[in-house]
Parts: sequence; structure tokens; C-alpha cells
Amino acid sequence: MSILDSKIPEGPLADKWTTHKNNINLVNPANKRNIDVIVVGTGLAGGSAAATLAELGYNVKTFCYQDSPRRAHSIAAQGGINAAKNYQGDGDSSYRLFYDTVKGGDYRSREANVYRLAEVSANIIDQCVAQGVPFAREYGGLLDNRSFGGVLVSRTFYAKGQTGQQLLLGAYSAMNRQINRGKIQAFNRHEMLDLVKIDGKARGIIARNLVTGEIERHSAHAVVLATGGYGNVFFLSTNAMGSNVMAAWRAHRRGAFFANPCYTQIHPTCIPVSGDHQSKLTLMSESLRNDGRIWVPKRKEDAEAIRAGKLKPTQLSEEERDYYLERRYPAFGNLVPRDVASRAAKERCDAGFGVNKTGEAVYLDFAAAIQRYGKEKALTSGIHNPSAQQILELGEKVIEDKYGNLFQMYEKIVDENPYKTPMMIYPAVHYTMGGLWVDYNLQTTVPGCYAAGEANFSDHGANRLGASALMQGLADGYFVLPYTIGDYLSHDIRTGKIPTDTPEFDQAEKEVTERIQKLMSGAGTHSVDYYHKKLGKIMWNKCGMSRNEKELKEAIDEISELRADFWKNVKVPGDANGMNTELEKAGRVADFLELGELFAKDALNRNESCGGHFREESVEQSGEQKGEALRDDVNFKYVAAWEYKGAPKEAVLHKEELTFDNIELKTRSYK
Amino acid sequence: MNLTLKIWRQKDANAQGKIVEYPISGVEGDMSFLEMLDVLNEGLINKGEEPVVFDHDCREGICGACSLQINGEPHGPDRLVTTCQLHMRKFNDGDTIFIEPFRAKAFPVVKDLMVDRSAFDRIQHAGGYISVNTSGNTIDANAIPVNKEDADDAFSAATCIGCGACVAACKNASAMLFTSAKVSQYALLPQGQVEATDRVLAMVNQMDEEGFGNCTNTGACEIECPKGISLENIARMNREYLKASAKG
Repeated sequence: MSILDSKIPEGPLADKWTTHKNNINLVNPANKRNIDVIVVGTGLAGGSAAATLAELGYNVKTFCYQDSPRRAHSIAAQGGINAAKNYQGDGDSSYRLFYDTVKGGDYRSREANVYRLAEVSANIIDQCVAQGVPFAREYGGLLDNRSFGGVLVSRTFYAKGQTGQQLLLGAYSAMNRQINRGKIQAFNRHEMLDLVKIDGKARGIIARNLVTGEIERHSAHAVVLATGGYGNVFFLSTNAMGSNVMAAWRAHRRGAFFANPCYTQIHPTCIPVSGDHQSKLTLMSESLRNDGRIWVPKRKEDAEAIRAGKLKPTQLSEEERDYYLERRYPAFGNLVPRDVASRAAKERCDAGFGVNKTGEAVYLDFAAAIQRYGKEKALTSGIHNPSAQQILELGEKVIEDKYGNLFQMYEKIVDENPYKTPMMIYPAVHYTMGGLWVDYNLQTTVPGCYAAGEANFSDHGANRLGASALMQGLADGYFVLPYTIGDYLSHDIRTGKIPTDTPEFDQAEKEVTERIQKLMSGAGTHSVDYYHKKLGKIMWNKCGMSRNEKELKEAIDEISELRADFWKNVKVPGDANGMNTELEKAGRVADFLELGELFAKDALNRNESCGGHFREESVEQSGEQKGEALRDDVNFKYVAAWEYKGAPKEAVLHKEELTFDNIELKTRSYK
Repeated sequence: MNLTLKIWRQKDANAQGKIVEYPISGVEGDMSFLEMLDVLNEGLINKGEEPVVFDHDCREGICGACSLQINGEPHGPDRLVTTCQLHMRKFNDGDTIFIEPFRAKAFPVVKDLMVDRSAFDRIQHAGGYISVNTSGNTIDANAIPVNKEDADDAFSAATCIGCGACVAACKNASAMLFTSAKVSQYALLPQGQVEATDRVLAMVNQMDEEGFGNCTNTGACEIECPKGISLENIARMNREYLKASAKG
């Protein structure tokens, strides 16, 4: 039997969470005052967890590398948040959201966790509205919804293209209320460098004050890691510059298993790379696929003419365009899930139909939507014989109301007007479904160390549906963790404050200090970014949208060599006693250089195609699904949880078998 | 493009700072302003010098981390963008560009171009929230209908990213636009009414304690705001403040 115990409660799926809540231990209010909890990361998951734990009465310390919790990268989420409210009366329910999420994740997530997520989703919206989050509304004053990829209902709540911002500021406001009450101490511009374990339990962290360079010890009865994903292992991604895997990786090195590292989401609609100087990629929200149609020219000559600047996309007639998603997937069309849309774009570009100078871009076209909305608006405004110009103006106004900030962002970056000419987009690394392995209580394999939000692996399987990251972050932080952590902490009511002058803290601090010294004393041939970019190229070329055995093996060797070179030759100027942004980056890249190798090893192990993980060796050979990803449920219906044993090569695989009692495993078809 | 950069360098909060000149070549129009600084820094590091420190994170104009006073304007010459979204195509070959930190007594310099904006956080701690428990026992979201216009205005106010451009633009280093954006968001929503009086008094009080200046209605903040936060919010906050003081 596996040593992994997912602790899924007994009973029917729909009752598990309620039963579990009724049966777990609680901590009485007086005792909560004697218990400390550390929350690392202040995005949606960390911010909401910190606020709720503090409100319950625990003493909370939060840590973030940014200068304010409000800047966590959840803020950049654009399109929306899913919730099974069924306000549209279009047949939505907890079960349907659960079903869509499990199917969307290509049957590689845990049923019980996903059902709980769907169950609490509706409550998130109530909570956020009560907090004053200004969601989009209809003229009647009620909440508006839109639709996202991979589903057939409208269940996405949104605040223009800034939903993540509004939800994060909501969680931040809840935190502020607790900071004002003295229940949260916020340590901003602080980075967690290690997890401290005492008698096998997580009892604190070592953090670096990024302004003074001081190494600090912080103790607690439990540690929550809500530190986001590791997409920056690719160097170029839609993540923030500072997003990193350090906290999760440090916990991994201390015994927390790392699950499914190869599950990465490559988002189909990002602004294409423009040159070597590029530092990050910008997402164009999936919500745009509600109204935008994706296409490339039907004829290769036209694509070549466009690349050479001799032809404009608007000069091509309908017949000369290949709306390849609508062609290949008539049922879902432009709203197929992200992994499917990304691979389809890559397929067309690899075949020579790309439309920008690098040949790595496809069109996202709003002309049809502008016409449709323009005519509709003319009708409802009582204009009977609208001119073409009137229709255009009215239609553009509707599009502006819906997506104005995204269009503006596109225009600023690309210097083209997307109202007049189609946007150019290409897939980019966006989200990581893998993360720290957690049980049903969100506890990692280190007792007392919890992981929430993108930092854990649990809910999205091998592919995340749009607008589900915000849902999961807030579900974990507001509604799940505050209950489940109480069960653990109920055993700590007599423990008393955890001292920091113990051998365990001494040892952890010593290791952290030595590591910093080692980073500072490299031979100094290349900058941190030099290594990070090299790592990113290996990852993108060999562990990207399409993977095979040969290249994955090469990637493992190349990353391992690069890591050795990094530790010998990296150049970190300045000193460690004060603000040193290069030192910060060096520490993060050092961990990416380990994670990257484990990532490739996991991808090599998983010789099947599922969700965002596409193995060229595992493709449907015939029938309607020919060429589509081929899952292998006989051999790979498990969570791959890796145990740290030194170098990533030595990592040991533990399997958590996935059971599907409430959903029939099917080939995921969006045709 | 070849450019001359004149950049504020300051070792730490207590050190004396000064403008240092750096020539840079090979700048492309497609680069963002921060990517141009990345190139400069890569060169400095390769020479064994310390890179120029500046705040930045999301690089898509939403986190509010990036700042920079560029040729005397917060976030530079383009309108409705943050520095990370400013592109070099807005400059010309041979230009000299002055790059300084946001200047205000309440924003002390941390290092080089990085400033401490925690005063903004403390204004939010004082009252930037609705006191509702987060444990989930709230009424159904649609039980609180909100007039669409009010909801839209509340949203517009809530899009403030807390970057501090308003303070840097203001000759008085006033934080009225920032503070009023949060006060307005809640003042426009039914959920915010219960604590409206206490909120505006507490937030304005904290704003004053942090050492921000007063508002003299020059409107520079609105022009420089990368998110287009409207001056109307300041008027609304003044009305709220007056109402609250009368009640007080």
C-alpha cells in the first residue's frame, strides 16, 4: 500500500465535506489565542486564509516578498471566478461544476476535493459581495455571468478584465481588518528561505528581510504555504517576475512530497514573444474567446505574404480563413479547454500557417462580434436602418465595455489597434497544476505544513479550466483550511509558544546562511538571468507543449549540467547585508534548477498524454479522435508524488491511485 | 536607439543619493521601459557593478509595484499606463532620460529607485474594509441588488492599483486620490453604508498622520494616474467627510 493517505472521508460524495466538518476537532476560542500560525504568501489563498484564521482567533503572521500583500500575483487574474450559482437558470449545479472540473482536468484530480470545491463555490460569491467586491452587474442590479472554456453553462462571475484584482483587494481588505485588530502581523518584503521542523512537525520558518538582509527566525504551531505556482521555471511566462518555487521547494527538501510537477498549463491566448529582450509574457484573458474567433489563413502562401508584410489579415475573405478550432471541435468551437486550444495553435504554426514575423502567432478576431453586437445594439436602441458605420461604432462600444482594459493593454504592447485588425496571440506558460502533495485536509506530508491555492496539486488534475484558479484559492483560504487546520491544532492547545532558540532553528539558520554565502562566492562569469534564460529555453523546447522520451532525457542531463555550472560560476554582485535583488533572484533560480529536473523526470515517467501533458508517443491512431491526446488509465491513473532524496535524479516516486466512483472515465471529447 | 540615462542612485535609506549618467545603446522600440533597464542592469552586472534597484513585479500594469519618475512624470510620458507598460517607442534616438524615485516625505527611499509605500497600507488598515466575517455565513449575493451605475462607479474607483503616482505627481504630495478611491468604492455600495462614518474619519486621519499633504485641486493626480481614477472621488470623499464630521 502507498504511504500516502489522502484521508478522504467516508460516505457519499455530496455528504463528505459536511460529515467531515461535523466530525473534526475544534479549538475553543480561548485556546486559539495561544496558537500561532504562519502564512507564507498573501495572494487569494494566503490572504483569505490569513484573514479567516485571524478572525477565528489564531495569532497569524503573514510573509510576502512584495512590499504589500495587495501586490501578490493573484491580482493579475483577468477573466473571472466560477461558481455553481445557477443564476442564469441554464442547468448549473455543484455536480455539473464538479463534473466539468474533473473532465476538464482529464480525470487526474481527486473526486472528493473537486466536489468540495464545487460545493463551496457558491458561497465564495456571497462572501465577496458582502465584502464589497464590485462584480459586474446587469441593469436590474443583479450579478452578471459569462462563459469560459470547456463548459456549456454561464457560471463565471467577473469584474471586467480585473476580477483577480478585485478579489485580491477583497481578501486584502479582510486582512487589513485583522491587522487593525492586531491579529495579523504582516511581514512584507520578507522571503521564506527554509522550513523548520521539530520532532517531525513544521514549527516555523527562516525568513530573510529583503530590505536589511537580516535572517530571521519565526515559530508557529503550523505553517501554511500559499506561495503560488512555479511557471517561472520557463523564464518566460505570464507569472510575475518574482513568482518563485522557493518556499514550496524548501518544504519539499524537508520532506513534503511534490506532486505531478509536469502538469503545466500553457495558456492559448497570450501576446506573442517580440524579441530576445523579452522579460515576461502578457496574457489576454480567456474571456476573449467568448467573442473572438481564432483563425489562420487557409493557404500557406497567404500566411507567408502576411509574415512578409505584403498582405493584411483584413484583406482575406471568410473563405480564405481557417477557423481551425470551429473546424476541429464543432461542439465547443473557440471555447475548447486551454490545453486543446494551445496544441491546436502550435499545430497550425508548426505546419507553417503562423501569422507574425516569427511564425508563432494566430489571429483572435473580433470583427464578427462587433457586427453582431452592433446590430443588436442598434435594434435595442430603436435605430431601424443603421448604417454600416453606425453598426461598427455601436459594436465597438459594446466590446469596449466588456474588454476595454484588455484591448488597451494589447494596443500598448503591440502598437496595433485590435478593434480594427485582429489580435495576434500565441500560447504561453501560465499556471502549474502540479504542486505540493496534500491530503483532503490540505496538509502536506510534513505534519503541520499545509499548502493552499496554486501551491498545492489537488483540484485541477492535468489541466485547469478557466476561472477556476480564483475559485480554488478562495475556497482553500476562506472555507477549507480554517476548518481542517483546527483539527490538527486541537492537539496543540497545551504546547505553548514554540521557542526559536533551539538546535533545530540553529541548524536551519546555519544552512540558510551557508547557502547565501555560497551564492555570493560564485566565480562570477555569468549573471543569474543568463542561467534562468538558459533553463527556460531547455524547458520550453523539451518540456513544453509537446514532449517525447528522447528530449526529456536530454533535458534532464542539460538541466543537471546547467545547475552544476550555476553553482560554480554565477555572479551575484553587492553583499548580503542589505537589499540585494540579484541575490534574491539567485536563490530562486537555484531552486528552479532543481525543480526543472524533477519536472522533466516526472514528464518522462508519465508516458501518456493527459491534459496539459502531451507525450508524442501517446496519440490516438484512428477514428474520430485521430491525432488527439491518448490517456492511459490502466497505467497512469495516479498522482505522482515525489520524495526528495538529494539530487532530483534520486527522487523517489510514490503513487496515489485515483478512484472514480461518481464519474465514468471517458475520452475527453470536445468535438 | 542610443540613449543617455540619468538615474538616481542611493545606497540605502540613510545614504546621500545622486544622479549618475549611463549611456545605453541598442534599445528597441518594442522593449518596455523596464526591459530597457534590464539590459542596462545586465551590462552593469557583467562589469561587476551593482544593478539599479527598482520595484516591479507583474509587468502587466496591475500589481502597482513599479513606479519611477521619468523625465519628471510618474510612469513617464504615456497616458493611462504604468512604467512596465511604457514602451521605448515613445522615445527617440539620442534622448536623455531622467529616472528618479517617486518623491514624497511619506515615501522614503529604500534603495536607488525603490521607495517605501507602506504608508498606503496603513491608510487601508485604518478603515479600508467592510467588517464582515469571512467564514461564509452571509446572505445570498443577489439579495443585495446594486444599481448598475453605482456598481460600475464603485468598480472604477476600486481599480486603483496603489502605485503612488498620484502622490508623486502632486506638488503637495497629497494622497487624497488614493484614499478617496477606497472611500468611494464603499460609499457607492449598500454594503459599505454601515461603517461609512467611521471609515472616512479613520482613513483621512491616518492619511494626515503619515505626512501626506493637503489637496489643492490642481488635478495633476488624475492626469498622471495610470488607471484613470477620477477626481470625482475626491469630491465624494470630501462630502463623506463633511457628513461624518457633522455627525461626529
